[in-house]
Amino acid sequence: MTLSQLEVGQIAKVIKVRSENAERRRMLDIGILPGTVIETVMRSPLGDPVAYRVRDAVVALRREQAELIEVQSVAQETRMEMKR
Amino acid sequence: MAARSAEILETAAQLRGEIGDDLHDRLTEAIYADAEEVAGHAVSRSGQPRRVHLDQLLDRVLTSRVWGFPAMILMMMVVFWLTIAGANVPSAMLAGFLQGTVYEALHAVARAAGAPWWLGGFLIDGVYLATAWVISVMLPPMAIFFPLFTLLENFGYLPRVAFNLDRLFKRAGAHGKQSLTMMMGYGCNAAGVVSTRIIDSPRERLIAIITNNFSICNGRWPTLILIGTIFIGATAPPALASFIAASSVVAVAVLGVIFTLLVSAFLSRTWLKGEASSFSLELPPYRPPQIWQTLYTSVIDRTLIVLKRAVIMAAPAGAVVWLISNIHLGGSSIAEQAVHLLQPLGVLLGLNGVILLAYIVAIPANEIVIPTILMLTLNVAKSGLASTGVMLELEDTAQVHHVLTGMGGWTLLTGMNLMLFSLLHNPCSTTILTIWQETRSLKWTTIATLLPVALGVVVCFLTATVARLLGLI
Amino acid sequence: MSAQIETVDAKPCSACSSCNTSQLTRLGIKAGGWDYVVALMGNPNTGKSTIFNSLTGLRQHVGNWPGKTVTRAEGAFSYNNNKYKLVDLPGTYSLLSTSVDEEIARDFVLFGQPNVTIVVADAARLERNLGLAMQVLEITDRVVVALNLIDEARGNGVTVDERALTRDLGVPVVPMAARRGEGVAELLSAVDNVAQGAYPTRPRRMKYRDAQLEAAIVTLAAQLESAFAGLPNARWVALRLLEGDESIVRAVHEGTLGEIRQPNTFVNLTKLEAR
Repeated sequence: MTLSQLEVGQIAKVIKVRSENAERRRMLDIGILPGTVIETVMRSPLGDPVAYRVRDAVVALRREQAELIEVQSVAQETRMEMKR
Repeated sequence: MAARSAEILETAAQLRGEIGDDLHDRLTEAIYADAEEVAGHAVSRSGQPRRVHLDQLLDRVLTSRVWGFPAMILMMMVVFWLTIAGANVPSAMLAGFLQGTVYEALHAVARAAGAPWWLGGFLIDGVYLATAWVISVMLPPMAIFFPLFTLLENFGYLPRVAFNLDRLFKRAGAHGKQSLTMMMGYGCNAAGVVSTRIIDSPRERLIAIITNNFSICNGRWPTLILIGTIFIGATAPPALASFIAASSVVAVAVLGVIFTLLVSAFLSRTWLKGEASSFSLELPPYRPPQIWQTLYTSVIDRTLIVLKRAVIMAAPAGAVVWLISNIHLGGSSIAEQAVHLLQPLGVLLGLNGVILLAYIVAIPANEIVIPTILMLTLNVAKSGLASTGVMLELEDTAQVHHVLTGMGGWTLLTGMNLMLFSLLHNPCSTTILTIWQETRSLKWTTIATLLPVALGVVVCFLTATVARLLGLI
Repeated sequence: MSAQIETVDAKPCSACSSCNTSQLTRLGIKAGGWDYVVALMGNPNTGKSTIFNSLTGLRQHVGNWPGKTVTRAEGAFSYNNNKYKLVDLPGTYSLLSTSVDEEIARDFVLFGQPNVTIVVADAARLERNLGLAMQVLEITDRVVVALNLIDEARGNGVTVDERALTRDLGVPVVPMAARRGEGVAELLSAVDNVAQGAYPTRPRRMKYRDAQLEAAIVTLAAQLESAFAGLPNARWVALRLLEGDESIVRAVHEGTLGEIRQPNTFVNLTKLEAR
């Protein structure tokens, strides 16, 4: 799923960053890379942007940016491991 | 040497081709991997910290759907109230000293030195008085507003405001940080323009610069408060007068925000069209600000800036006011003639010739608009209350009301339109100069100067026409 | 971008007296007449300004970087009978991207060759702050890491072992809580030691686990070192060339890269400002 679908309080791991060019560099600068753990902290009163915790810092991203980041919910991963 | 350089560049190009496009990704991953390893050796954590809880609690309130906006408005009102209330006494004291004691003393010296009336008048009544005016009106509020703003900034609250308002600014095609520069403009538009440096993209920065004028700077608050009290508040029953007056000022401020968003939307879709730059806003943890150090640095900085501004900008303005009031051509002063010339346009806009002339003269500094208006009104009505060309502020609002309505022929429409025009007119000359310095573009500086005044003319014309059509005037 | 860098003979090391904060004199905005130049870098929100203020006093000279509308703050202080000029570089997350802020920071360290570079890191967010420090370590040997906001880290239950860090990074790491005045004396002492050459730094250089990348860097670095003798950071320059960094490419093309030498020499900053 994409980061924009991650509910407040949920934790996930980044699978793929589909942003491009300057946008991509910005994501990398913030520390959003495949394997990074990310948590949704809070939503703006108007719904957008949303604040995420990445590597101990809280960063706000707009919906269209979050939609380009593929993540896998951490709970999901544990579930998958259990199936194996 | 050159050959070797060329060889190096060639090798680099070749290797670059082999490595592929994702070099930056791989580099960043490598750096983070290394950083994780080193940090892993050095950092140890223990349990869920108290501080994070407090931070999260605060954020939950300040950005919540229910409390987020009310909290912002409350914060804004607290800042405004502290600035206005806090500035009252110092302003009165400065005015009493500079425009009373020192003023008298200067005249005494001039008389003793046997200086001709026009020299004394020009230097003391014109140049000095205007400067004294600006200092007593501007210095106290600025010395309070800016430290407060800096404290909020150091505390970490401002990014939360940007976080709350971002959606509005995004829809308007503006940068997320424009909300911050807009807020800075409530202190001083020139400072607001400089603060747009936090916006990287030149296009979005320009939008922020042009719309900064719709933030009502410290120099315009006294005008709004005075007119709001005299004209708008006076229409309400005495018990509610203050409240209505205050609401009218807040209403104009809110209108300013609306205009900021509308004009940003217009610019981003027409003259300044382009891609929205990458947005990311870091929300730092809340940190107790170093109150004393901030206050000290900020107050000193601001004082110096205001004093410098007063001398450079207000002094010449004062000279001009005095000159046009005292130079007579064919029986009447330049001022009177100018007023008559501008009267028809003024009436069309629901204002009058005096107001328009005052605004032209007050391009250097917004805060001298009201005193200039009063002086010109008294002058043109040939009353004994003011010697020619001397800026003044009458003692209480009832007197001011009498002068404006009785002698100046002001109506409720005039008062209301003055408030609107105060919001929607050209930036002061300091701001214009700052815009030039920051953009280095004559074209955009001109647009930033003329766009607001064009809007002001249109809006005032509309309200005046509607009022007349509805038979309200 | 060609920097005319005028070099002055290295000042002989003066005897190191014991560290004492009372030796600190704040010179405010005095311009000119300094012995050493110190650059101040770090991520945004790390308390860099607080450190700047603690070192230079309440008044700073604020202006612009030449040709740009980016604020530049400089100040001065004296310590141990040496006069230091402190230049505040824009806060950046990394030196790899192409924003104006990052260019300024990077160029100042690379071409301006400050005697010491202080990298400020937030102790509670070490993992993300270290990236910048590591990148700086690729460019210059003379680095001091200011581990700021340790009071906040403590409050969050985070402890940082600065000796492990110093060991791993190879440069002095100074824990600080600048807003409380903690660690300032130690920072001054570390900076002075590094400036005088009294602290031999052994900066960690990144080894890229990526074999292909590592091989490319080694090849280019070798070529660079033979073309520009004495280049202290060939690996980093090689990396920038591989990324196609324009200003570095130009420096190689114009040969100005050869003007970068080991930091025993002092750079006349006024030449840099005239650009």
